[in-house]
Amino acid sequence: MPRPVQYNTNVKPAVIPEGYAGEGYFSTTFDKIVELGRKNSLWPLPFATSCCGIEFMATMASHYDLGRFGAERLGFTPRQCDVLLVAGTISKKLGPVLRQVYLQMAEPRWVIAMGACASSGGIFDSYSVLQGIDQIIPVDIYVPGCPPRPEGLIDGVLKLQELVQGESLRRRNNPVYKELMESYGIQ
Amino acid sequence: MTAFFTYHNPKKEYGKLPQQGLGSMTNEIIQQKLTEKFGDQLTNWEAQFGLLTFTGQAADNLKVLQFLYDDETLRFRFMTDLTAVHYPSRKGEELCVVYLLHNLVDNIRLRFKVYLPIEKPDVFTASKLFGSANWQEREAYDFFGVNFVGHPNLTRIMNPDEMDYFPMRKEFPMEDPTRRDKDDEMFGR
Repeated sequence: MPRPVQYNTNVKPAVIPEGYAGEGYFSTTFDKIVELGRKNSLWPLPFATSCCGIEFMATMASHYDLGRFGAERLGFTPRQCDVLLVAGTISKKLGPVLRQVYLQMAEPRWVIAMGACASSGGIFDSYSVLQGIDQIIPVDIYVPGCPPRPEGLIDGVLKLQELVQGESLRRRNNPVYKELMESYGIQ
Repeated sequence: MTAFFTYHNPKKEYGKLPQQGLGSMTNEIIQQKLTEKFGDQLTNWEAQFGLLTFTGQAADNLKVLQFLYDDETLRFRFMTDLTAVHYPSRKGEELCVVYLLHNLVDNIRLRFKVYLPIEKPDVFTASKLFGSANWQEREAYDFFGVNFVGHPNLTRIMNPDEMDYFPMRKEFPMEDPTRRDKDDEMFGR
């Protein structure tokens, strides 16, 4: 039974950085290009442990496509990914493993804590569950929910993109960043 | 549309708890045989929901289990469960090891409890008699600290190896102390 077609007239066009445009070329400063490139091609590593992993799979599927925002290729190795997407309950036994995975990632790297369990332990306040992954690795975005709706995760990824746009090109020499890494014991 | 039907057995009484001893083997026969052999070392006979329960001495647990295994009419040759309980109010015998045995031929279950003091929770291992006791004893050690003498590999099975406390004992707090967002007012403490 066909239903009337709905066209989305509410599309927000992407903002073009300032620069000189001409016939067949566009020039801006170097960091704007790199920011655009990094922002729109974040390759996530889904560190999916439990129910949030299933919700992440639903977000990557066709209905709530996360590939629209550049996350089409999931690298299941930390050597090739930009974002560590921790989805699910992390137990204290898995803590050192997660830290090792984070240490293997190359700069620039970001972390999204998806769901209540990764952000703060969730409803599992017990002897075996790590109460939030920010006890072992620095986290950029926390997506609340148990599990978060796919729209919520997409919102988190969009906020991460804004964060990525605002970062300097080589933040590893920044003293604030160095201090943060020191506090986690990471060189 | 899909067909939807359930299997109905007219001989079975649905909704009732399973009764033991519908055949020739009953709880009374088991109790009688055990008291013939062990006398008053076995105490505290009771039958909750039809499941016969008794308590024995920690030093003789293997003798009782071996007798239940070897005897040709008793035939308790399958151990369903081995677990531990911590009773902090029973001084001198705080930890209790519970063996749940099953006679597969006559379909009868039996619960055998052994109490241990918490300063020295030693008990002989049942892993030579029952294969399922191996990992279940490791779990009882991991969570309660019961020391099974003679176990081939008594190490932690589920918790991280560096953990130095026993989580299921009552003195260990249920909630993690590093949690900052739970306040006492909202959580009723």
